[in-house]
Amino acid sequence: MQEDLAIELKNVTKCFGEVMANDHISLSVRKGEILSILGENGSGKTTLMNMISGIYYPDSGTIKVEGNEVTIRSPKDAYALKIGMIHQHFKLIQILTAAENIILGRKGPNRLHMDQVEQEISELVHKYGFELTPSQKIYNMSVSQKQTVEIVKILYRGANLLILDEPTAVLTPQETEKLFDVLRNMKKDGKSIIIITHKLNEVLEISDRVSVLRKGKYIGTVETKDATLESLTEMMVGEKVVLDINRAETTKREKRIDMRGITVKNKEGVKVLRETSFTAYSGEILGVAGISGSGQKELLEAVAGLQEIESGEILYYSPEGKVEKISDMKPIDIRNLHISLSFVPEDRLGMGLVGSMDLTDNMMIRSYQEGKHFIANRKKPHALAEQVVSELDVTTPSIETPVSRLSGGNVQKVLVGREIASNPTVLMVAYPVRGLDIHSSYTIYNLLNSQKIQGVAIICVGEDLDVLLELCDRILVLNGGEVTGIVDARTTTKEEIGVLMAGSRKEKKANA
Amino acid sequence: MSVLITFIQKAIGQAVPILFGATGEIAIEKSGNLNLGIPGIMYMGGIAGLMGAFFYEKSTSAPNGVIGLLISFICALLASAIGGAIYSVLTITLRANQNVVGLALTTFGVGFGNFFGGSISKLAGGVGQISVATTAEAYRATIPGLSKIPLIGPVIFSYGFLTYLSILAAIVLAFFLKKTRIGLNLRAVGESPATADAAGIHVSKYKYIATITGAAIAGLGGLFFVMDYMGGTWINNGFGDRGWLAIALVILALWNPTRAIWGSVVFGALYILYIYIPGLSRAIQELFKMLPYVVTILVLIITSRRNKKENQPPASLGEAYFREDR
Repeated sequence: MQEDLAIELKNVTKCFGEVMANDHISLSVRKGEILSILGENGSGKTTLMNMISGIYYPDSGTIKVEGNEVTIRSPKDAYALKIGMIHQHFKLIQILTAAENIILGRKGPNRLHMDQVEQEISELVHKYGFELTPSQKIYNMSVSQKQTVEIVKILYRGANLLILDEPTAVLTPQETEKLFDVLRNMKKDGKSIIIITHKLNEVLEISDRVSVLRKGKYIGTVETKDATLESLTEMMVGEKVVLDINRAETTKREKRIDMRGITVKNKEGVKVLRETSFTAYSGEILGVAGISGSGQKELLEAVAGLQEIESGEILYYSPEGKVEKISDMKPIDIRNLHISLSFVPEDRLGMGLVGSMDLTDNMMIRSYQEGKHFIANRKKPHALAEQVVSELDVTTPSIETPVSRLSGGNVQKVLVGREIASNPTVLMVAYPVRGLDIHSSYTIYNLLNSQKIQGVAIICVGEDLDVLLELCDRILVLNGGEVTGIVDARTTTKEEIGVLMAGSRKEKKANA
Repeated sequence: MSVLITFIQKAIGQAVPILFGATGEIAIEKSGNLNLGIPGIMYMGGIAGLMGAFFYEKSTSAPNGVIGLLISFICALLASAIGGAIYSVLTITLRANQNVVGLALTTFGVGFGNFFGGSISKLAGGVGQISVATTAEAYRATIPGLSKIPLIGPVIFSYGFLTYLSILAAIVLAFFLKKTRIGLNLRAVGESPATADAAGIHVSKYKYIATITGAAIAGLGGLFFVMDYMGGTWINNGFGDRGWLAIALVILALWNPTRAIWGSVVFGALYILYIYIPGLSRAIQELFKMLPYVVTILVLIITSRRNKKENQPPASLGEAYFREDR
């Protein structure tokens, strides 16, 4: 037993029914190091961490914290052992302030003096270089601020071992950088950190060692300095994979969507799209890049008819050569023109799928108006659900399983698969691979590419610039609701897009 | 002038039971339980207090007002706490639907009150014959001297102790929710029990204690009505719809006990306004009785238009909490 281990797992096993979620896993974390746990969706990363943080209880195996064997039966036990976990879905109370959320459930004098508490929190915030106003209410915060609250909450409880479950899935590149700076500060302070992730670049950037899981089994641990993208991928997937995204080449291009000077205001009366214009062509993927909240969502929703348009017009050129002004039309009529929107929001289920309904019913949401009978036809949606499950390799116990029981990646496949099945001429997708592992991501990229070859005009909002550069033909960059440039993805660079994202306008637009 | 003073006094008399009910209901709703059983629980508190005093006064030849007051006070607290406990077991432990349980409890409570009210009326010798004059006198006692001050006396100092207790209860609850750690935890339970649970807060315990305590506070509203307002007697269904007004007041006050204080006076005034406007026909009088509800609806419309997060009901209100739910 080495002295410098923060936590050590030996032969930890957990089964859910028939499924071996964790099969005799042994790994350890040293004091003052950052360990990445790498694995695809369903490889058992989160399950393993949930056992350390007291949410699940292992079927067998031992856990040692600082050399002593421990039993962790609840999150409370984990806190007592100075272990804290930041989950993907934040557990925060919207109407309370950051400080109130942080002290929630803590012992202490019953009379609250919030200014004192806020003072203490500010000290902690400065120590590690966070940016946080303790008196701010949660509902006023961005995702990254909420994440900061979660981390500070755990530090405030005195945690020495922090577990972060896919912390960067919802962050912009800049926010990710800030988070990593903070993590490095915490490491310097002697805290041990475990990051669950499947983003290889981040693994290489932040961690000291990497442990890889595959299908519930422990594959191995390597020092990050000895690892490469390729070697980690091989460990994770179990075979060599090509990391290049194919950009299908198409020749036939026709105008499909022509947006002219669209301005959209949000509920507070702030302009979220200003004089936005672009053209989307068939057989092409138009990427949309920008810092989150720059108007990406509104742009797609304006086309889909879900936004009230202040000024400007949107024209649709059908394959048959008809021109329709869709900015005046109802969402349902726009959809009947085969203009399809698949939006994957931060919480995945929020838009487009109903969690408590099964796959067939969720397919029906798109098609229930078809047919003339009073009683809905369930056969077609059922067949469609089966088709989506088999073609996209959706892991589900059955078609009758409520969607909320599926893992995040599978939910996304169902959502995107349904939109593609509606045989669109224009397909709009937002964050189609958010939170997906490599395999699933590539399935989605291939789907988009095959749609493109079939002559569909695709508009894709993405967060990973590397992917957009490889996948798209042109990239439209938004900043504060304004189009700062439309660039050719084949010739542009990440830096150029970065400058546009930051707001400097490109005077000469490519291809537009 | 004297009509105005009487109007204010009567309005406050109407306000007290509503305020007790609303304060109790706020405590309950802050834990995420929507207790529609409050009207019934207030009946239970009222009749239990009256029965306590009645049997005490019957058992002794020279009843003492203070002892009668204590006995009836404790009886009212106990009976309404039992009402809250029934609700808690059904909704928290057994996770039954809160609306259904609440409505059933109201039906039960009103029946409970009328049944025992009728029973002791019979013992007393007929309808309206119950008299617990000594105890009622103790409830109605005012501070000697102060109530004789002109103008201020009748408006501020002419009430029994329950009136002041109702205001105190509301202020204490407001302070408790805002300024104490347990209060913060309780609000967290009502907003998001899963989050509270993860933070190490015993969700069921908080819900039980809040619901039972809240019910006991609400029961005092029934006690006030029977002892102070009615002077220690019982009329079947005499308490009327004041319990529903209390629930409406929770909404009007936007779940803030201090706002419920002035809100209850507004409700009380609107409730009896028709008596003080001369020359109203029966039909118009009924329209005037609608006013408290109209005001509640207006407030609901205004606050939902403003859409301020703090003024919304507790986020998990009406939902049962089960840790392993997905």
